[in-house]
Amino acid sequence: MSGLPLSTTPAAPPGTPARAALRHRLAERGVDRTLLLVLPAALSVVALFCYPFLYGLQLSFQPAKGGVFGAYRQFFADPFSRKSVWATFSLAIPAALINVGVSVPISYRMRREFRGKRLLLALLVVPITLGTVLTAEGVLEFYGPAGWFNRTLHLLGLADSPVQLTMNYTGVLLSLIISGFPFAYLLTHSYLSGIHPSLEKAAATLGAGWWQRFRHVTFPLLLPGLMTTFCLSFVMAFAVFPSAMMVGDPNGSTHVISIEAYQAALERFDYAQGSADAMIMTALMLVVLAAVTGLRSRLYRGSTGGKG
Amino acid sequence: MSAQTAAAAREGRRGVTLRPGAWLTWAALVFFFVNLLGVIATVLLDSLGRSWFASWLPTGWTGHWYSDAWKEFGLGQVLWTTVEVTFLVVLLSLVLAVPASYALARRDFPGKHLLTTLFVLPILVPPIAYGIPMATVLYKFHLAGTVTGVVLANLVPSIPFVIFTMTPFIEQIDPKIESAARMCGASTWTVLTRILSPLMLPGILAAGILVLVRTFGMFELTFLTAGPSSQTLVVALFSAVNSAGIRSTQSIDAMAVIYTGTMAVLLLVALRFVNPTQLVARSSE
Repeated sequence: MSGLPLSTTPAAPPGTPARAALRHRLAERGVDRTLLLVLPAALSVVALFCYPFLYGLQLSFQPAKGGVFGAYRQFFADPFSRKSVWATFSLAIPAALINVGVSVPISYRMRREFRGKRLLLALLVVPITLGTVLTAEGVLEFYGPAGWFNRTLHLLGLADSPVQLTMNYTGVLLSLIISGFPFAYLLTHSYLSGIHPSLEKAAATLGAGWWQRFRHVTFPLLLPGLMTTFCLSFVMAFAVFPSAMMVGDPNGSTHVISIEAYQAALERFDYAQGSADAMIMTALMLVVLAAVTGLRSRLYRGSTGGKG
Repeated sequence: MSAQTAAAAREGRRGVTLRPGAWLTWAALVFFFVNLLGVIATVLLDSLGRSWFASWLPTGWTGHWYSDAWKEFGLGQVLWTTVEVTFLVVLLSLVLAVPASYALARRDFPGKHLLTTLFVLPILVPPIAYGIPMATVLYKFHLAGTVTGVVLANLVPSIPFVIFTMTPFIEQIDPKIESAARMCGASTWTVLTRILSPLMLPGILAAGILVLVRTFGMFELTFLTAGPSSQTLVVALFSAVNSAGIRSTQSIDAMAVIYTGTMAVLLLVALRFVNPTQLVARSSE
């Protein structure tokens, strides 16, 4: 273990004052042997993430036919794969908006301590840990034509014939909400609890009603955190894969871009095309993230409030 | 005036559940939980039922789908692989990432921002998007389909995750304690083993459990890199569903219940050590 803080730097041998001075100046800016501790993690991420990613990038420029940009041209020329962009966004944006939008009033309502709050939070963790595959399996049976949901609708006289909720767009959206809502809620909750209650109390003392307090005090402070929550919810929904395969209509309305990439790489063994699809997917996602982050940087980022 | 306010406050406190807004919030939560319960209960009941077609409950109960699933999907092998992969990922990601979190928590250096970005990227980029190039690279190095390949792939999101859980944790350990130990003549090794390790242990435990839960449930990366002999439980479950037809839904559900049961146990253990919000975000409380 080379450099824990205050590691006594061995006295520089006489005759090399310049080296010692350099080391001293570096240490003043925070560069000393402690930094070596970063190396194992940084090198593994470079080797396991950056290298494969760049390898994929150069592979995507070497398709079997069509020149350098052949794979990309192929993606946008084929209507089937081109539509997957639309399919992805039409799932990811509503899912992220619903999850964040519903989380805000609920977590605002529940910001105070009450009995059973910890239990509620613990219950909300359940769907996150169930994972997408099990959620999809459950959605398939619960919302299916003979499932409990349709039976209840029938019993209440709300529907004469079973409503088709699985094997289509709705099924995937449902599974995205079931696994995504708790995630968004827990994040919003932790951001909200970072806003000091005294701010709201001060506003109340000055005569603000609950709506004014929310609109002019809590919400602006929460907004940066909400945007982070939106980004993370969006990333989750954007990468939807198992549920789009299992409860969706993978060759139709829920042929999302991840399915397209998977099929190209591991079913047709066209690695160049698969890598190109993956790159397009990353680029699209980064564009949305950059847009939201850009918006967020124009907001108030003070010492209090929903940091993120 | 003041009596009025007091009355309003009293009413507000007592009548929390009576206002429409509160009603709506609770209704939305209850509706969500009813649906969630339905989703889980359907799978559980189906795995225990003899047959279940057009009725509220299955006809007759049986446990033989579990033994069927165990034999049919080779669950013994699958569970062993799952344990092996999860254990290795937890161990390696802790060994690699805890020192880095220490440096990130204690030092402010040029390029720190860049380094943080490097660690954020694997969390942001969808697993499918780097899983596909990664599968290609593993194939190139003849690691595709091996347990090593699966472990390497799963390290990618785990290392940043440990870093972002551990860095805030180490930041709240007072550096003066270490300085004091130095003052008293402790060597680096002593500081590490006698001072830092005991203080960091709760954080390491929490990070390890979180990575355990995540790796156990990680689908995309394992799916893209695993071969027939290196499938984890969740991947075996997906393959069983997607190549159905000859397989009965009940034995697939039995497998799903085994998965959920294991997950529930892990979760109960995890919740003893960590705050629920930590499962989704880096700790802030």
